[in-house]
Amino acid sequence: MSFMQDNQWRVKVGLAEMLKGGVIMDVTNAEQARIAEQAGACAVMALERVPADIRKEGGVARMAAPKIIREIMATVSIPVMAKVRIGHFAEAQVLQALEVDFIDESEVLTPADDANHVWKHDFRVPFVCGARNLGEALRRIAEGAAMIRTKGEAGSGNIVEAVRHMRTIISQMRTLTTRRSDELVHDSKELGAPLELVRWVAENGKLPVPNFSAGGIATPADAALVMQLGAETVFVGSGVFKSSDPAVRARAIVKATTHFNDPKVVLEASEELGEAMKGLDIRQLDEKELLQTRGW
Amino acid sequence: MVAQMKIGILAVQGDFDAHAAVIARLGAEPVLVRVPADLAGVEGIILPGGESTTQLHFLKEEGLKDALEKFAARGGAFFGTCAGAILLAREVRNPAQESLGFADLVVARNAYGRQLSSHVRFGPCKLKAEPLEMVFIRAPIIEQQGSGVEVLAEAEGHPVLVRQGRVLVATFHPELTGDTTVHEYFLKLVRNGDRTAL
Repeated sequence: MSFMQDNQWRVKVGLAEMLKGGVIMDVTNAEQARIAEQAGACAVMALERVPADIRKEGGVARMAAPKIIREIMATVSIPVMAKVRIGHFAEAQVLQALEVDFIDESEVLTPADDANHVWKHDFRVPFVCGARNLGEALRRIAEGAAMIRTKGEAGSGNIVEAVRHMRTIISQMRTLTTRRSDELVHDSKELGAPLELVRWVAENGKLPVPNFSAGGIATPADAALVMQLGAETVFVGSGVFKSSDPAVRARAIVKATTHFNDPKVVLEASEELGEAMKGLDIRQLDEKELLQTRGW
Repeated sequence: MVAQMKIGILAVQGDFDAHAAVIARLGAEPVLVRVPADLAGVEGIILPGGESTTQLHFLKEEGLKDALEKFAARGGAFFGTCAGAILLAREVRNPAQESLGFADLVVARNAYGRQLSSHVRFGPCKLKAEPLEMVFIRAPIIEQQGSGVEVLAEAEGHPVLVRQGRVLVATFHPELTGDTTVHEYFLKLVRNGDRTAL
């Protein structure tokens, strides 16, 4: 697509490239950000409450307070990301004015628009968006997302949805590489995604932006699992700071993400860990409790 | 057929895949380096972009720092981009952090500012007649360089591509452009060592 040659687009995707092979951790204050950086996180995500607490406490979840984000930015030298509600372009404008390094238009917060996402090409700050399947991923990229993360089910401590979403996207991409040009028009219609992007994926066998994994990663082995399935980096939300030993667990997940193909290192990282977050059985959740169905 | 030259790419975190693609395109064999044993048979090493704080953890805790120091002592060639430049510097500022010190440079991290200051520019470079495309992403700035350091390109009054013996340092990302000039020069450096001319 024409925007893929723009310099603004290239530096956005460029930052996403730099985050590969690492762990991006949710933090709610400067102290947690410091712990994350010291554990080897390649970026932190500032938010008001971690997904597990949003789920428990309910209410409207919004962009974090600028003061907290500022404190986090002043505390760590790694990139700082922050979340906005789906479609809330004014929150995104505020975060750009604050000069955060990346914006996550996230289903974890309460959506502000029930039909539209932010038109991300209008921004100079790069965006990451969640996706459950290829069509959703390509619609977000068409709107200007410079990074895709599978949604998983945030705050659940359960990896099953992250696995489902990563497998779905990877297998849909694999299928596209086997299709004829005339069939791709049909695929574009079925996926609800622009033909140009569908053709790009068919030719290259991957997304035009880095593809990360999120939503339910709680252990080093969880990180190794999604990396082996094709994730290029992992986001850990509640998994670190809802465990009994945040600093040690954070370090262990960082280690397992780099050495995802080396079970001995993943074993080493898994030893001497305290309790992981408790976690939820997704099948016991009501449809309306799911965060992953937010986003259009 | 001549055996392919093996180029190690530090793959603990960062854009190592982008470097590997360029190396493969130039006919050398990229080897992803995550543990010291991966360095076997490697003739030159690339330290990619990424987060230097994260990469430093792995270097210090998993024996890679020692292994890279031994490689340097044997006269091995290095090429660092962005975070790699920070790791190779003698001194790091903003904030201060440990480094390998293979290049006589003082480097300030994130010195242009945050992501909003990331940019693409074309500028003169001694490696080619036409301007070189340079992608800067949360880039560091080389604040001082020793007398043994040769400046190959400058931007806004600061060196952005330098060479000291077998060590090549870029504060930008040649691996994110279609131009392979800088990587080709590194392969020459690996082959010819200190005698490499421009």
